[in-house]
Amino acid sequence: MNKINYMNPYLAGFLLGLLLIVTVYITGRGLGASGAFKSYVVASAETIAPLHSENSKFYREYRNEHNSSNPLMNWLVFEVTGVLVGAFISGLISNRLTLTLEKGPNLTNRLRVVAALIGGVLWGVGSQFGRGCTSGAALSGMAVMSTGGIITMFSIFAGAYLFAFFFRKLWI
Amino acid sequence: MGPLVPDVVSNNLNLILAFFIGIAFGAILEQAGFSSTRKLVGLFYGYDFTVLRVFFTAGVVAMIGVMALSHFGFIDMNLVYVNPTYLWSAIIGGLIMGLGFVIGGFCPGTSICAVAIGKVDAIIFVIGVFLGVLIFAEGYPAFEGLYKSEFWGNPKIFETLSISPNLFALAMVCFAMLAFWFVGLVERKVNKEPLKQFKLRPYYIVLSIVGFILLVSAFTLKDRKSAILQVIQDEQYVKSNKLDVMNVDEFAFRLMDNEEELEVVDFREPNDAKTLPLPKSKLYTIDNLFEKEPSKHLQVRGKKYVIVANDEFTERKIGVIVNELGLNRMMILEGGLNYFKEQIINFKPIQNPKTLLESYTNRFREKASKIIPVLINRNRTLQPIEKKQQRVLGGC
Repeated sequence: MNKINYMNPYLAGFLLGLLLIVTVYITGRGLGASGAFKSYVVASAETIAPLHSENSKFYREYRNEHNSSNPLMNWLVFEVTGVLVGAFISGLISNRLTLTLEKGPNLTNRLRVVAALIGGVLWGVGSQFGRGCTSGAALSGMAVMSTGGIITMFSIFAGAYLFAFFFRKLWI
Repeated sequence: MGPLVPDVVSNNLNLILAFFIGIAFGAILEQAGFSSTRKLVGLFYGYDFTVLRVFFTAGVVAMIGVMALSHFGFIDMNLVYVNPTYLWSAIIGGLIMGLGFVIGGFCPGTSICAVAIGKVDAIIFVIGVFLGVLIFAEGYPAFEGLYKSEFWGNPKIFETLSISPNLFALAMVCFAMLAFWFVGLVERKVNKEPLKQFKLRPYYIVLSIVGFILLVSAFTLKDRKSAILQVIQDEQYVKSNKLDVMNVDEFAFRLMDNEEELEVVDFREPNDAKTLPLPKSKLYTIDNLFEKEPSKHLQVRGKKYVIVANDEFTERKIGVIVNELGLNRMMILEGGLNYFKEQIINFKPIQNPKTLLESYTNRFREKASKIIPVLINRNRTLQPIEKKQQRVLGGC
């Protein structure tokens, strides 16, 4: 069976926009992703090193901000679990489920793994500074016209275009 | 009125909804092709601009939609999470994420989609994100200064630029359209495809008509709040509008009776209200009427609401707003509080009452002028209506 083509990008964008409107109307907040990672990190720290997380400022501030006692009882954790399921269903329907390592044409597997790891680390740090990632800060920020969200959005694109040249060997 | 959380949709149901919203989110991202890292970074090397098209279409649609919801009074934007602005943190964070994008080839949301369909590189990326957050958490004392510098509050972009929201949305739409056109050119050049001839298709016409109608309506239709506030500018209309009036004696009687159902909705300035705080009253401003939480307190069944202000004309204006908003029916106080003060609190008995009514009035008002100041004194602790403006906690 052949892979089914991707959706028209404008249609996908329109649907995503509608989903975001519905989300804001029902929940009063936008979509997100990196917040779930943060919740998992906090939850792990509290389980593995309770004493350390008790005294460390980052975790303390997280606890003050989120009044729920369990960091995993978090909106974004549930949403991201849904993303995992939704993407799986979509991949199943469109016949895209494969175990592969995707990389640029002139790249070794090992280099791709290292690059993916470094990229992930940068996102982890950057999304904390930006108080959200492409979904939480940029997209949802744009929906509610938040100044901070829109600044983050333009910085992400600016940063990517700024550094794209130096890492072109990874992709083309 | 939205947002539906937490009164219509409870906090627990909200978590379940989050799961389903996530399913839709993940499915759309995957269908758009965001589970492929080569497709994602395409926009930075010019061979595939899918991400830019999806992202900006979604952003613009959502922006206009949310704007329309608030424009027509369906959602109280005071309760919606607006990402805070920490200038330097936002810029530096964005640049770091941009760097991470061209090196790692994903962003957190898309990496989860890619994990779901079995991309090994995405699994590595996700591990990286965990490590990154952990590094930030452990190094927090070192990052905190930058993280919290240049805090601007939670401004909206049109406030920062001091332009109208409509204008900003229009600029954003134009920017997106220009970008779509431009990246189409770049994409064909990079992939060495021939330029496509522009063909007028029927749905182009439909789309442009819809766009035009949206544009015109955005700039001509007044939002609900200013439309209603416009109505009360018409003095003749306000005066002729029929409202139920409670006369001062009845009002005094009900106050002294400490009636359960009575609810005094006080629209005076806080300072005026402090010098003469009425029993059973809550302080409101006209803006409160348009907000979700405060207006909810005005819709309790079985309550008898009385609008109170210094003069009757102001009361009438507020009565008109209340009717336009479809809140509970409210009465207004005859002559406003100024008249109430003159007739009841500082009552001067009618000299030589000639009729029975006059002597009854004398008797009642003399009694009231003694009791009501006592009630008022007991009520010195009056506070303005508590605006439970708990914003939803969102973002990251």
